[in-house]
Amino acid sequence: MKDNNSGMSLLFKTSAYLIITLISLACLFPFLLMISGSFTSNESIIRDGFHLIPQVFSLEGYKMIFTFPDQLLKAYSVTILVTVVGTVTGLFLITMTGYVLQRKDFKYRNKFSFFIYFTTLFGGGLVPWYIMITKYFNMSDTYAVLILPGLMTPFLIILMKNFIKSAIPDEIFESAKIDGANDFRIYYSIVLKLSMPGVATVGLFLALTYWNDWFLSSLFINDTSMYQLQYYLYNTINTMLFVSQMATGTGVTLAKEIPTESTKMAMALVVTGPIVFLYPFVQRYFVKGLTIGAVKG
Amino acid sequence: MLKKRGFLYELNKNKVMFLMLMPTLIFFLINSYFPMVGIYYAFTSYDFAGGLFGSPFVGLDNFKFLYQSGALWKLTINTIGYNIVFIVLGNVLAIAIAILISEIRGKLFKKFTQSIMFLPYFMSFVLLSVLAYNMFNFESGFFNQVLKSLGIAPVDIYNTPWVWPILITVFYIWKNLGYSMIIYLASIMGISDEYYEAAKIDGANIIQRIWHITVPMLKPTFVILLLFALGSIMKGQFDLFYQLVGNNGLLYDVTDIIDTYVYRSLKVNFDIGMATAAGLYQSLFGFVLIMTVNYIIKKINEDYALF
Repeated sequence: MKDNNSGMSLLFKTSAYLIITLISLACLFPFLLMISGSFTSNESIIRDGFHLIPQVFSLEGYKMIFTFPDQLLKAYSVTILVTVVGTVTGLFLITMTGYVLQRKDFKYRNKFSFFIYFTTLFGGGLVPWYIMITKYFNMSDTYAVLILPGLMTPFLIILMKNFIKSAIPDEIFESAKIDGANDFRIYYSIVLKLSMPGVATVGLFLALTYWNDWFLSSLFINDTSMYQLQYYLYNTINTMLFVSQMATGTGVTLAKEIPTESTKMAMALVVTGPIVFLYPFVQRYFVKGLTIGAVKG
Repeated sequence: MLKKRGFLYELNKNKVMFLMLMPTLIFFLINSYFPMVGIYYAFTSYDFAGGLFGSPFVGLDNFKFLYQSGALWKLTINTIGYNIVFIVLGNVLAIAIAILISEIRGKLFKKFTQSIMFLPYFMSFVLLSVLAYNMFNFESGFFNQVLKSLGIAPVDIYNTPWVWPILITVFYIWKNLGYSMIIYLASIMGISDEYYEAAKIDGANIIQRIWHITVPMLKPTFVILLLFALGSIMKGQFDLFYQLVGNNGLLYDVTDIIDTYVYRSLKVNFDIGMATAAGLYQSLFGFVLIMTVNYIIKKINEDYALF
């Protein structure tokens, strides 16, 4: 009986290791293909296709990017600016809202909560929103339009509210009030400090959304020097695709002079690099905050 | 005297909180409630000069066109169909993998594989389109290289509609698996060891322990995630579909969802009235669905109600 069990356990655990390893490899595989592609000569990609190990090693993709780095650097700085300003402002507003909405002595908290939550149930849709911003607010080609729409989502506010509720007992608010602290002071010097894991999680959500956003650029930005990084990548890829299609369609060997494929891969890597680099540090907080906030919420 | 002071104190306190809430309320008022006025566009043939109230009123013509052209039916089926597949497959796989990981003892292996599986969640959808292209484009894609080396004729995947529902699902899973897996893993970690010890003493094997302890204990998490997903079943994964398919008209029949249709009507065809009508249909249909779901849940189990 006991032997039978441990035999089964062993079999199960071995297959668990095997399956998890395979799935991890599948998750990693597309990245490896891209990294390898960025170090392969363009001709080799066109002739031999993408391989896990570069068939003909070359740095021409990177050379191409760093010969004309102006636009890339510009896009980088736009994205960094938008991400930093948006995340800090958004965090400030979200934590403040979450704090007020979970205060039991704030009479209208449920009404205001519903005012915010309702926007996830029903909305005017993309088009009226688009026309409002472009036609009535005249916000095309501004940094504000890249920052403002992403400041808050009902989901993040609810996450934050639940987090504060579970992290800070009501007695703390009461005793702080007795000590004469006003509500903003309580928020600023108590709530923020005690809900750091939640702040980190929500901040990461915000930063990730800003960093990965291409949609707002595609809708509202015509000035190429104001493209966000991801939209710049998107645009470059499509231009490269156009160049190589022109080459095959017309017989003009433009594609040989511009290493379209390797440049695309190198560009994708340069754009994604910071996230991969920060990922190991950031991931821990993300997991921690999610497991506290989301499950209880 | 004391009462009055208490009242003033109360009022003063709420004033600060109200001020703190103000920016958020204004944000949602402008960003989410103002555009609701623009629902009116759905009943007009919009022209830019006329704007909100100057464009000619056409009644339900936009909706009629959407219905008669067959677009409405196709978009609804695609949007809901994909979401159902995403919800079912996404959750089942996430649960299975969370269980497997929880049974593994090697700490370093656990941490490492978890990190790798979570990585795709952090990538932008633009990058996703690059990765998909590397795998599946006709000339240099990895998939065709494999076919060639096996002596099979390469396939032009970007011109083969029937594979796209599979590919889109695979990429959806690829991107989101790590995220939902971590939520389930956290619930598993919260299960008390005592249950497992007791089951062991009773002679339950590992499969029985999982089936009779772990799986039932995951039910609340599953139900919460399921209900949230059901609530937004009319909202498509716009980024995923648009970045993978783009403006490749050949694939629209099997990949067009309401969100991509609306975006295209706005950015490519400039058909404001039609795009608003499709968006309004999505919003209203979604609203009715969520209200129904919530009503039924409340009847069954109040604790799980969305609001």
